[in-house]
Amino acid sequence: MSPIVLLRNRRVRELAYQVLCVAAVIGCGWYLLNNALANMAKQDIATGFDYLGREASFIISDTPIAFEASDSYARAMLVGLLNTVKVAVLAIVLSTIIGTFVGIARLSSNPLLSRLMLAYVEALRNVPLLLYLFLWYSVIIFTLPPVKQAITLLPGVFVSNSGLVVPAFIWNSGFWVVAAAAAIGIVAAILWQRWASRRRIATGKSVPGWPVALALVALPIAAAVLFFDVSGELDWPVLGKFRLTGGAHLKPEFVALLLGLTLGASATVAEIVRSGILAIRKGQREAAHALGLSDRLTMRLVILPQALRVIIPPLTNVYVTTFKNSSLAIAIGYPDLVMVSNTIMNQTGQAIEPIALFMLVYLLLSLATSALMNWYNGRVALKGR
Amino acid sequence: MFRRACRIAAAALLLGTSAIAAQAASTLETVKARGKLICGVSMGTTGFALADAQGKFAGFDVDVCRAIATAVFGDPNKVDFVMTNINTRFQVLQSGEIDVLSRQTTMTYSREASLGIDFGPAVFYDGQGLMVAKSLGVNSAKELDGAAVCTLPGTTTAQNLADFFRATGKKFELVVFENPDENNNAFFSGRCDAVSSDRSDLASIRAASKSPDDYVILPETISKEPLAPAVRQNDSNWRDIVSWSAWLMMAAEEKGITQANVDAQLKSEDPEIQRMLGVTDELGPMLGLDKAWGYNVIKHVGNYAEVFDRNLGEKTALGLSRGPNTLWNAGGLLYPPPFR
Repeated sequence: MSPIVLLRNRRVRELAYQVLCVAAVIGCGWYLLNNALANMAKQDIATGFDYLGREASFIISDTPIAFEASDSYARAMLVGLLNTVKVAVLAIVLSTIIGTFVGIARLSSNPLLSRLMLAYVEALRNVPLLLYLFLWYSVIIFTLPPVKQAITLLPGVFVSNSGLVVPAFIWNSGFWVVAAAAAIGIVAAILWQRWASRRRIATGKSVPGWPVALALVALPIAAAVLFFDVSGELDWPVLGKFRLTGGAHLKPEFVALLLGLTLGASATVAEIVRSGILAIRKGQREAAHALGLSDRLTMRLVILPQALRVIIPPLTNVYVTTFKNSSLAIAIGYPDLVMVSNTIMNQTGQAIEPIALFMLVYLLLSLATSALMNWYNGRVALKGR
Repeated sequence: MFRRACRIAAAALLLGTSAIAAQAASTLETVKARGKLICGVSMGTTGFALADAQGKFAGFDVDVCRAIATAVFGDPNKVDFVMTNINTRFQVLQSGEIDVLSRQTTMTYSREASLGIDFGPAVFYDGQGLMVAKSLGVNSAKELDGAAVCTLPGTTTAQNLADFFRATGKKFELVVFENPDENNNAFFSGRCDAVSSDRSDLASIRAASKSPDDYVILPETISKEPLAPAVRQNDSNWRDIVSWSAWLMMAAEEKGITQANVDAQLKSEDPEIQRMLGVTDELGPMLGLDKAWGYNVIKHVGNYAEVFDRNLGEKTALGLSRGPNTLWNAGGLLYPPPFR
């Protein structure tokens, strides 16, 4: 066949367009990259990732893992990444819980409640997140007293514009034993719950569920504490000359960011949940009521499980967005990945490499989030039987 | 911030596409052909570069730009100002978007060696300091063990702090803000005990506060920050023009030439003054400039002392003393090479 004839075939044509398009994109990217590298070489601008191994020589104050000024830039970026993941994952969990309740309350027959929730959703969705971050942060640092006049909520629990400080438990020994015991207990409890529910369905006889499960978690931990060398102590916060030392600190930058991300995402989650519920036919609710199920049980057992199928895909977007939005951290001084990368860029003068790195990280985080959610979606999706 | 990332990506893209064009002609030719100098300044720092309600820029860094524009065109207004972000300032220069970066930028070894830029002479000798509220009763930065310090993500700021506290065996909490307003708010609200930046910048922050008298800049200077204008590398003619424009203002102060008396000085018997003002020798054309470039710079912008007093000096909101920024023969660090 001649090429002209081939092009008359619709599928061949479509394929050709796609190949051309991909080739053009790759070509452009290749041209730009080459050009940038050539220009930088010509101007003697340093390139490459050698800087990652060099000493960072700055400190990060809010770190999930130990970090010293003498550690490398690579470890600094890891600290930033962990901070990003920490705040984003917490925001995702909290916003899902809050959003679900708000979404359900939006549909309440009580006009006061539903209007209030409407106001909540609209106020949070229609103002840029960055402004909310500034607002929450300003509220925290301007309404709470400075650390020297910190409010004492309970003995050892202080609130000030430098955050919340609580006594911390420091393990002297036996942390891993207790952790392993807790893991064993949790697995046993889950297995017990499954068995109990199967038995209830099969025989109609009710088996004690929660009390036994609780005991299954508590017993191994108690045994570990009794039979192994487990010790620790409480680290009490003390007011030093400037700051509270000791204890566990919750920094205001973290709280403001978490608050902003959580509330912002919760409004979107609420809308998604509401639309998911509205997508379920009225007959389902009526049928459940006819069976004698209460409103609460109807929602939990009939409506929400079906609504989940509609909810999951758009929810994935919210989660991915939350990860990306967490990069606004830099505005209010929370040391996330972007902020740490920025400091590194400033210090090394190399811009393209740190940006390429953090873009890659965000890409991977987003892809991982959607992969996980797609897997879950596949599990809850309606299966044709 | 993603917006920032986009800006940097855009700068990187410019680097990818436009740098070759900028490289083709010398910067002086490009500037002359354009009829205007494009100068990168900061985003708005009292005393250094700040636009008024009409959008007219004023400040020390701005006057350095005006001096260069005057050297090239004989007109201090033939300059466009571009506000540069602390993270993208070098990329903007590298990519050819601006001709000179005059932005409280510290001259360092690694920047000259690996960033594709060259520095002119230091026009302002600064150093990083710390400012605290007077009520804290602190008299020295060495007493700040355990304090929280707010700072902007300035290049070496965080490193200098870490070095300082490491060397003295003290601990501190670092809080870094992208936005100067948030940084200042955090300091004024007591979220941080101290704020750290170049001393000139601390003076700016203090000048902008409600009650400047409540704050004190601690005596320690924990770093050397020679602030200098920067140009693209490998254009020595352009670098010479930038350097000698700055030196001319210092030399003019040394010789007692001011905006007011520059016309009278044209009749001076001093041969160096005659060379500087283009009366006898022809220094200007050696760099591709007008014969009267030196006269023009002093006439329109003034000598170093005038520029300093107008923007930063004791009579301004910043109230800075000359400190190390006095002439060599008065015990300072300013030492213009001879005009001959």
